Amino acid sequence: MKMNSVLSNEKPIVQSQTKLKTGEVNLYYGSFQALRNISLEIPEHAITAIIGPSGCGKSSFLRLFNRMNDLITGVRVEGMVELDGIPIYDKNIDAVELRKRVGMVFQKPNPFPMSVFENVAFGPRRHGKRNLGELEDIVERSLHQAALWDEVKDKIGQSALALSGGQQQRLCIARVLAVEPEVILMDEPCSALDPVATLKIEDLMRSLAQEYSIVIVTHNMQQATRVSDMAAFLMMEEDRAGVLVEYGTTSEIFTNPKDKRTEDYITGRFG
Amino acid sequence: MKAGALKRQLSQRTAFGLLITATIIAIVPVLVIALEIIGNGAGSISWDFLTQVPSQAGKSGGILPAIIGTFYLMLGTIIFALPLGVMAGIYLTEYAKDNWFTRSVNLSIVNLAGVPSIVYGLFGLGVFVLLFHFGMSLLSASLTLACQALAMTVTTAREAILTVPREYREGSLAIGATRWQTIRHVVLPQALPGIITGAVLAMSRAAGETAPILVVGAAFLLPGLPQSPFDQFMALPYHLYTVAAHVPGMPKSTIWGVALVLLIVVLSFNVLATFIRLKARQRRLNA
Repeated sequence: MKMNSVLSNEKPIVQSQTKLKTGEVNLYYGSFQALRNISLEIPEHAITAIIGPSGCGKSSFLRLFNRMNDLITGVRVEGMVELDGIPIYDKNIDAVELRKRVGMVFQKPNPFPMSVFENVAFGPRRHGKRNLGELEDIVERSLHQAALWDEVKDKIGQSALALSGGQQQRLCIARVLAVEPEVILMDEPCSALDPVATLKIEDLMRSLAQEYSIVIVTHNMQQATRVSDMAAFLMMEEDRAGVLVEYGTTSEIFTNPKDKRTEDYITGRFG
Repeated sequence: MKAGALKRQLSQRTAFGLLITATIIAIVPVLVIALEIIGNGAGSISWDFLTQVPSQAGKSGGILPAIIGTFYLMLGTIIFALPLGVMAGIYLTEYAKDNWFTRSVNLSIVNLAGVPSIVYGLFGLGVFVLLFHFGMSLLSASLTLACQALAMTVTTAREAILTVPREYREGSLAIGATRWQTIRHVVLPQALPGIITGAVLAMSRAAGETAPILVVGAAFLLPGLPQSPFDQFMALPYHLYTVAAHVPGMPKSTIWGVALVLLIVVLSFNVLATFIRLKARQRRLNA
């Protein structure tokens, strides 16, 4: 059933606008090339999955869009990366401002060792919101959006570290939503969670895709077919640099892959 | 077969015996010193001894100025050493690039800890007492001890900051917090117990130092308490040294009494540091 709802998304996707775009991007860590010549367009208000074997540069690719790679010394980006047509690696682009528009959820849930409230209010506070009433509204709205409110409304003042793993991850999503981003990057957000918690996050992603553009890196083929509208398959070449093998709607990639390597991967012949 | 097993067992026991003996020998001096000082000094501790100023070159009266002087010194040391140490620690962990400048700063900090304390004293005499005209004073002594304590406060601050998981920093940066906001609101609160532990240990060490303060303002006998940072002061370790070595006819019990008070001050700060560390660890595990 889930599969069908995804497939039914196909048509609007084709028509929708491009949110993120890369053009012949190369990424280097020192002398090691991690990504080679990647060009693709990520649509607005949809879920795009990045799949591929371990070490093929999926995470590095994801981190291009909020410039988290900048934090690593010796990193170098060549080519074009655009958000709404604006080149984000331009000199006059402030990475801090960019990250308000492009939020990120990590592999391991990483709530701060503070209360649930302070976790969600963290971003808005840093961006200058001081009024407590306003912050309370933002926290409640974000927790509702992250489908967590009913579970935590009575322990909003308690430590976030006391929540379960799945709740912590939804809290991290709420923390990102509180900043009102346009894009949410997710780096294997369910890999540390059990199947029930995983399904909850996937449902949440589908509902968020109405308003947000989501890019998710995942190891899990089923997950990619369940949640994503578009799928990009990355693979390592001989020199361990990641390249884009195939990109298209999820249904195309999984039912009718054009490249032999994509077919081998999704049918479990390697990876 | 049997003989071989016996032999193995024997060498096993010998090794165990040797190791436990070495361990016991290592703690014997500490125990003996502590017991000796408590046994001989406890008798001379009295309300008057702790609250009176000394008279007859310290032979009678109390040691209040030395106790207060030592606390002033600890306070003065940490006021200068902690902010500088924390700021340098933040810079070195969060901002510094790996280049020759950073490497030479790191090397200097390691070496700073190895400089003999009397050398700090002479440095303080040259710079704070003479060059800056702070004179022989509490201020000069605090600054001198702060220089010595810097090695410790920088190192502990740096280590405490490094133990804060990278995930927290990324989580903060990824929602558009600046690097400084991340340090201020995520990293520092987490590193605080470690930083405080280092500061308390640095204070306890400052309380025990004798050589550096000898030449920058410690006085043998003062009739009262220092009234300003530019006054001379008394301090427990220097007082102990003079009453033990330079006053003929000094009652032995007084000497032990001073030693006991000094020991209590230093040890209580070490215990406090351990306590803070344990509490922080507990909080981390419970969370």
